[in-house]
Amino acid sequence: MAEQTPDAKQFAALSTESAAVVRRQSAWQRVRANWSVRIGGTAMLLLLAIAVLAPVLGTVDPTLFDAASRDLLPGKQGEIVDLDGETLRHTFIMGSDSFGRDIYSRVIYGTRVSLIVGIASALLALSFGICLGLSSGYLRWLDGPLMRVMDGLMSIPGILIAIALLAAWRASLLTVIVAIAIPEIPRVTRLVRSLVLTIREEPYVEAAVSLGTPAWKIMFGHILPNTAAPLVVQATYICAAGILVEAILSFLGVGLPPDIPTWGNIMAEGRVQFNEYPHNVFFPGIFLAVTVLAVNILGDGLRDTLDPKMAKRV
Amino acid sequence: MSAARNEQAQDPVLQVRDLAIALPAGGERAHAVNGVSFEVKRGEILCLVGESGSGKSVIAQAVMGLLPRQLPVAAGGITLAGEDITHAPRSRLRELRATRMAMVFQEPMTALNPVMRCGAQIDEVLVEHTRLDAAARKRRILDILNEVKLPDPERIYAAYPHQLSGGQRQRIVIAMALVLEPALLIADEPTTALDVTTQAQILALIADLQARHGTGVLFITHDFGVVAEIAHRVAVLRLGEMVELGTRDAVLKQPQHAYTKMLIGSVPDLHAHGRPLDAGAPVVLSARGLSKTYVDRGWLSGRREVRAASDVSFDIRRGQTLGIVGESGSGKSTVARCIVRLIDPSGGAVLLAGQDIASMPARRLRPLRRQVQIVFQDPYRSLNPRRTVREAIIEGPLNYGVPRAEADERARKLMELVRMDPGALERYPHQFSGGQRQRICIARALAMEPALLIADEAVSALDVSVQAQVLALLEEIRERLSLAMLFITHDLRVAAQVCDHIAVMSQGRVVEYGPAAQVFGAPQHEYTRALFAAAPGRGFAFGGRA
Repeated sequence: MAEQTPDAKQFAALSTESAAVVRRQSAWQRVRANWSVRIGGTAMLLLLAIAVLAPVLGTVDPTLFDAASRDLLPGKQGEIVDLDGETLRHTFIMGSDSFGRDIYSRVIYGTRVSLIVGIASALLALSFGICLGLSSGYLRWLDGPLMRVMDGLMSIPGILIAIALLAAWRASLLTVIVAIAIPEIPRVTRLVRSLVLTIREEPYVEAAVSLGTPAWKIMFGHILPNTAAPLVVQATYICAAGILVEAILSFLGVGLPPDIPTWGNIMAEGRVQFNEYPHNVFFPGIFLAVTVLAVNILGDGLRDTLDPKMAKRV
Repeated sequence: MSAARNEQAQDPVLQVRDLAIALPAGGERAHAVNGVSFEVKRGEILCLVGESGSGKSVIAQAVMGLLPRQLPVAAGGITLAGEDITHAPRSRLRELRATRMAMVFQEPMTALNPVMRCGAQIDEVLVEHTRLDAAARKRRILDILNEVKLPDPERIYAAYPHQLSGGQRQRIVIAMALVLEPALLIADEPTTALDVTTQAQILALIADLQARHGTGVLFITHDFGVVAEIAHRVAVLRLGEMVELGTRDAVLKQPQHAYTKMLIGSVPDLHAHGRPLDAGAPVVLSARGLSKTYVDRGWLSGRREVRAASDVSFDIRRGQTLGIVGESGSGKSTVARCIVRLIDPSGGAVLLAGQDIASMPARRLRPLRRQVQIVFQDPYRSLNPRRTVREAIIEGPLNYGVPRAEADERARKLMELVRMDPGALERYPHQFSGGQRQRICIARALAMEPALLIADEAVSALDVSVQAQVLALLEEIRERLSLAMLFITHDLRVAAQVCDHIAVMSQGRVVEYGPAAQVFGAPQHEYTRALFAAAPGRGFAFGGRA
């Protein structure tokens, strides 16, 4: 061995394999450099700011109505009575509806509902899907029964499940979120399960087994962190779908009560007079479309940067 | 054959002059290849040899006109049979491919369309580039299938790629490349994915066909054994620059450049090392009649049994290395995974410290697990990408209740043992090269203070110079810690260098088992002899051991 050591040193010096640390962009740097992420992310931040700052953006309470200010066209001035009974002069930037409510205020406050429903339903579907998917992928005896239940759930259109659930419960923010999340759970479960099945064959997981790492630590320490990238991407898609489904449910009249400002409710109310006052549907529609587009662009960007393999697959 | 070659030798099929190909800005170096010049004459095989990152495949892509847009030709020129094709339009290159030049890739399965019959795939080339009618095309295809020595060409013509073996698929790819009698054949690691016996046949086939048709061959490989077997002339590449060009015998026997010397010195010799063996060393682990049978019970189909390993017996002694050699599918990795209990054996016994761990329930197995550790083949998948090196190394000790401070200290010492900077502990795996990662994996295994270290093709994915370093490290560790080692490899040269005992496996069975000197010196079993006969470059003494 002793006479081999100088040899080994000489080898190392000549070897083309660089001993220096390989420089590579971190995932975060790649994400930030992506234009889809920048555009979608900026739009989302803007919408979040609108939702948070709704009271100071020149709005009035979105439930206020005034019979004298019914069916105003966008930009018209009118009067509105606030909760203390005082009459205010107010410019109806987006006009008013047939109850004399300010559509601008309702659309701005509607952002809150949409974002909350979208994000919360994505998180809810994700957390249930992760638990079920991990169990299904790791506990082989549970896999068959659990996946058949998921297949059953997936065979019913998601919107029908949501309508049925809301018909059984009283519609509130919580029940709407749950009703939207439940049909998404099977999709997340399938994704997580397939990821677990791939990752558990990776040599580093096998190495952990031979290092005596307990099964639960392998699941949460080795497998789960490596599913993060595709799950983040999936979450954005669920979020977009959740926002849309919430609007559909409100529009159909099975979602949140009509006095709560949601984009779906505004459109449902404006639908009757669409020919005379198209702005009642137009403005919430624009907001809905832009929001869903922003979330999807963000998701596409994240998919391309976090999970190049998935980009090829989709 | 040499007389025939000399007549035509004046006529270069391919000329590459001062070729430089730029890399995108901000990379490790400015050029993928720089100032590379060589020519391939008619009827000549020129081997381009180099380690990963040497730019050898980029040169092949440049000649074929298949360079990605980010890698433009910055300087120099490429001439194919007298025609300058450096900046030829895509349509001209498309014409030239298949008719004048053709390529054979490493992985025959991905080079073929899985949903098209083999005959139809060759037919496509003929339809595109010739005016033959259907009957003539079929005749031509059957001829070429015959020529690449595929049995029963009619059956092969109608077969799908998945119905053929890897070697047969590579023959189809070669047939497809040669069907239009191109002047130049580019073979990019065409035998790397094949077993050694198949490799020998494919190499013989390529040499035979090119001699018969006078084809010039640009043969890209990392394997000096293959070079010794097939090359007429050799070009050695290092980091995109050509360091040496000469005839095979000149380069292999009297290398001039230090890098070539180092590479050739790194190739292990085929003779078993002559280390004295201590026959009285205690047995660390023994396998007795170990077998693993996979049973596939379909709902409708019947019971199918696959015997991955059957009746495997051996002893591994303290301070000694047992090598299991065999081709893919021989069951050698199955045996390793049974011993580590990554899979449960279906029969036989594995005795570790006097206890049978083959069928021990997980709870009782846990304390014994630490005694047997494994290093895997693929350095890029063996480490969790989201954990630092420190976390990877201390995971095992922490599992067995070693206090954190002590585990950290152990990790630091192990990094020194595997010749890495302890400062690297806080970095993530993606910041290291393949060889460095394999060192980290070795450190992770050693952190458990095992009695037996299993290396499952642990150096197979590494470049030859890195492989030599890792092998030297394993040797040193085995000696210093008196480890027992189980070394699983398909590479006879590596086995000869490190193993004290050899078990040769074929189709799940051990066909020959004995001291390395005996197995290498006087192989008894027919299969062992065939395996040795197929090892490329037998005639050359590598490893500077002459």
